[in-house]
Amino acid sequence: MATDPIHQFEISRIIPIEIGGLDFSFTNSSAFMVATVAAAGAFLYLTTSSRGLIPSRLQSISEMTYEFIASMLRDAAGSQGMRFFPLVFSLFMFVLMANLLGMFPYFFTVTSHIVVTFALAILVIGTVLVYGFWKHGFGFLKLFVPEGVPAVLIPLVVAIEIVSFLSRPVSLSVRLFANMLAGHITLKVFAGFVTSLGALGVAGATGAILPLAMTVALTGLEFLVAFLQAYVFAVLTCMYLNDALHPGH
Amino acid sequence: MAKQHKPGDLDGRRRGLEEALAARRPKKPEDDGHANTRGVSGYGNALRLSSEFIAGIVVGAGLGWFIDRMAGTSPWGLIVFLLLGFGAGVLNVLRSAGQVAEFGAGAREGSDADPEEK
Repeated sequence: MATDPIHQFEISRIIPIEIGGLDFSFTNSSAFMVATVAAAGAFLYLTTSSRGLIPSRLQSISEMTYEFIASMLRDAAGSQGMRFFPLVFSLFMFVLMANLLGMFPYFFTVTSHIVVTFALAILVIGTVLVYGFWKHGFGFLKLFVPEGVPAVLIPLVVAIEIVSFLSRPVSLSVRLFANMLAGHITLKVFAGFVTSLGALGVAGATGAILPLAMTVALTGLEFLVAFLQAYVFAVLTCMYLNDALHPGH
Repeated sequence: MAKQHKPGDLDGRRRGLEEALAARRPKKPEDDGHANTRGVSGYGNALRLSSEFIAGIVVGAGLGWFIDRMAGTSPWGLIVFLLLGFGAGVLNVLRSAGQVAEFGAGAREGSDADPEEK
């Protein structure tokens, strides 16, 4: 069981709850989501509570995160986009914290389940749609009609654009989920090689050095991926919000 | 960094500090959509482009299947929307590779900083 690379993604019910035939159980996934929110909130709150004019190291990290997201949003969606700052910042912090918490041994990785990442992506696209229609009315649909296309081709192009738009939440969520899932499985498989080779005596133990080195390297890579995927998620969110703010141009 | 300042010359010291900090700080990468492909270059790029492509096809097929189910036009919805999804997938890939203008096309070029057009 210990070497089963999929075992780490199993959902287990901690507090079974059932309302009206639907399963609302508090699972290990929910527990880690709560932990993620608590960790992110506590980190930001505690590091900025001193409000030093000359920031301490941890306070600098909080402030840099803030400025990083703020400038990213301003670049992608203009200063109007800043009204979405709370959304983008929370998404970024949630994904980043969830990814990083998942790097602890024996911890559950919330973002390795597509249902979680897809819910996040739906939240983003839902915001884009609701805000786009609320702000621009049917002018928002200009998003799907590129300029300078011959009238004959318009129906085809519009259909393709709509499918392309609908595929955004899918690619957004699949990218995050696939990266986390694949990374954690690879890590587990290589780490499993170490133990199974080590059980084969001296020759096996010396051979186990290779997968061990690989595991160490992969751990570093996984930390990079954890940050990178949170970053990519936030960047794409900014770009999609830009469409809601300025459709058609 | 070791510039001499009169004690009390706060402005001078602050400017000196700002210069020193600016020199130390790594230059900001000015592009934000594609910086992610540089670190783990090929791997990241491949995953990004393939997920865009697959998403287009999956959504197209899903839509077609759903329409067939609702309207009972099987298999035509699936055929048409799978092809449309294929087109959308190619469009997604070209778009995220910066080869095609973003949504809402055309007028975008120029001063309006668009991360996809680099």
